[in-house]
Amino acid sequence: MPRKTAGKSLTRKARTGSDQLQWMYTQMVRIREFEEAVKRTFIEHPGVIRGHSHLGDGAEASIVGALSTRHDADIVMPSYRCHGYPVVLGTPLRKIMAEVFGRRDGLCHGFGGSMHLSDPSRYFPGTSGIIGQAIAHATGAALTAQVKNSGQIVYCFFGDGASKQGAFFESLNMAAVWKLPIVYVLENNQYQAYTHFSLEDANAVAGDPLSKKADAFSIPGVTVDGTDPVAVQKVVAKAADRARAGKGPSLVETKFYRLSAHGNVITVPPLSTQFPDHEAVAVYGNRKEFEHWKAKDPVKRFRARLLKNRALTEPSAKRIEAAARAEVEDAVQFALASPLPAPEEALQYVYA
Amino acid sequence: MAREMMYADAIATAIIEEMQRDPNVIFYGQNMAMTERDPMLKKFGKQRVRIAPISETAEIGIGVGAAMTGLRPIVELWMSEFMLVAFDQVINEAPRLRYMSGGQVSVPLVLKAGYGFCAGWAGQHSNCVYHTMMGIPGLKVVVPSTPADAKGLMAAAIRDNNPVVYLHSYMLTLDKGEVPDGEYVVPLGVADIKRAGTDVTIVAVGWMVKKAMAAADRLAAEGINAEVVDPRTLAPLDVPTIVDSVKKTGRVVLVDQAPRHSSAAAVIAGEIAEHAADLRTLRLVTALDAPNPYSEPLENYVVPNEDKIVDAVKSVMAHEAVAA
Repeated sequence: MPRKTAGKSLTRKARTGSDQLQWMYTQMVRIREFEEAVKRTFIEHPGVIRGHSHLGDGAEASIVGALSTRHDADIVMPSYRCHGYPVVLGTPLRKIMAEVFGRRDGLCHGFGGSMHLSDPSRYFPGTSGIIGQAIAHATGAALTAQVKNSGQIVYCFFGDGASKQGAFFESLNMAAVWKLPIVYVLENNQYQAYTHFSLEDANAVAGDPLSKKADAFSIPGVTVDGTDPVAVQKVVAKAADRARAGKGPSLVETKFYRLSAHGNVITVPPLSTQFPDHEAVAVYGNRKEFEHWKAKDPVKRFRARLLKNRALTEPSAKRIEAAARAEVEDAVQFALASPLPAPEEALQYVYA
Repeated sequence: MAREMMYADAIATAIIEEMQRDPNVIFYGQNMAMTERDPMLKKFGKQRVRIAPISETAEIGIGVGAAMTGLRPIVELWMSEFMLVAFDQVINEAPRLRYMSGGQVSVPLVLKAGYGFCAGWAGQHSNCVYHTMMGIPGLKVVVPSTPADAKGLMAAAIRDNNPVVYLHSYMLTLDKGEVPDGEYVVPLGVADIKRAGTDVTIVAVGWMVKKAMAAADRLAAEGINAEVVDPRTLAPLDVPTIVDSVKKTGRVVLVDQAPRHSSAAAVIAGEIAEHAADLRTLRLVTALDAPNPYSEPLENYVVPNEDKIVDAVKSVMAHEAVAA
């Protein structure tokens, strides 16, 4: 979506909804600060985070714009790149960070880690680490909403890579046949793990947007500037309305750029790991591409626009940022101080 | 009260009764409920009884997601091999999500499929693939051998708060037996001694229970008193009941329609070896190491039969039993 259009809607909203715009900015900053802290932990506290962590920096506008349309009991089911969603849903950052650190006080008591956050009390049932598979789970959650006539809709987030999985095609087909109340948000962050999407997506190869996949299921498919939360909000609101009206699913491609690498470097213990350069630089040697998108950093851009539109003042922006930093720092300290689980706890939770 | 019923009808009866009992139970799959005349559709309506496309990954994955959020789906998969198309959902999604969430969610899902259709279905529709499933923590695996068990275990599977793979033998579909009326639940994880005996234990799975019972009749005529143990569920596996029987008889023959190294029998043999140290002798009667063949003499050669069971029992009888 062109910036001009988005700017217009922002101006209009700014007059009536500066509270909401400030809420959006606050959530975006909280996500960014959280992800930066995870990234720093690999350097400041080597070994504290095990396995593979995936960050959502760059996705803030997509996450917050989409979730700004959410009603209280709507269900949110993202992929394994999942830190940002519970941040917005109100899960205490302490519990999220402690889970990333594998601690007993973590959201999942150290059983899930970075890839498997779960907070069903906030309508966030859980995630899958296997790319694309949770699209089917989210579709199942929409089936529950329909069968129970609960009035809920489901927000299903997944990456461009996942849109090449069988689970994507099968799930969207069934959701369309059954007219399930679900919004599929295809977060096109331009890299499937380490590979640029132009190398693996048929629509991209043909010069089409990825939302064209919706045509295969005869459902609406829209591509939107995923660095602009207001633009995302507008498009997702329409898809959500359609879902709420019982008209079935929609596909929204939010196009943005993942600002960190796919994940921390995969190493074998006791070698320590941290985040490498972004694939554009590390794999393709294309620093220009990376810098181009970094200049379009959704958090910085949104800040500048809110200041310009007087939806936010410099002091209040600084207050929001300081509060987010303090909240995240508190989460890090809490997580560091939280005990590791006792070994014998490993046999808990296998069966219900 | 009980009445005579076919194995297939016993399964259907359990599904209907559980759907009447609990509005959260839903039932869907390929090529079912295709017309308005479908009795299940008439009884429970289009919301709860659905026809699905040929999309195992989504069918099972949707079941997982629906189960995570408050329904109790039964997915009709028809043939157990079709689960292989969606093995990630069966093995790496359904049974893992509760654990990874630290016990916050559960996945009460039933995956219903027939297995081991030895009637000329050749290499991709007749095999036994439960070995991998029974070794997955978080997943339960049910293999009923009688109409009564078929009903009681289906009821238990639907009520269970974990993902359950319910495997019915296609070869038992038309078998008749007494089935209790009304609420009848056979707990998961409890083996059944189908025939009491003192000389030798035969542990058999699914269709093989029927073969083992027939073999035991023949052996009885020759003065050999075999005890037939049916685990009924492969996960959880009732190791104590099996081990107690083997301790009593000192001899065991394990009968399984699967090939030797992917059989439940091989797993059970390991448990017996560790827990019944006084065991004198053990034999496995399994399918030969070949995919299931098409032509009848080939299929009969590969799959276990009564003669093979009788021969195996006689060979273990040649060993002195050691009293427990």
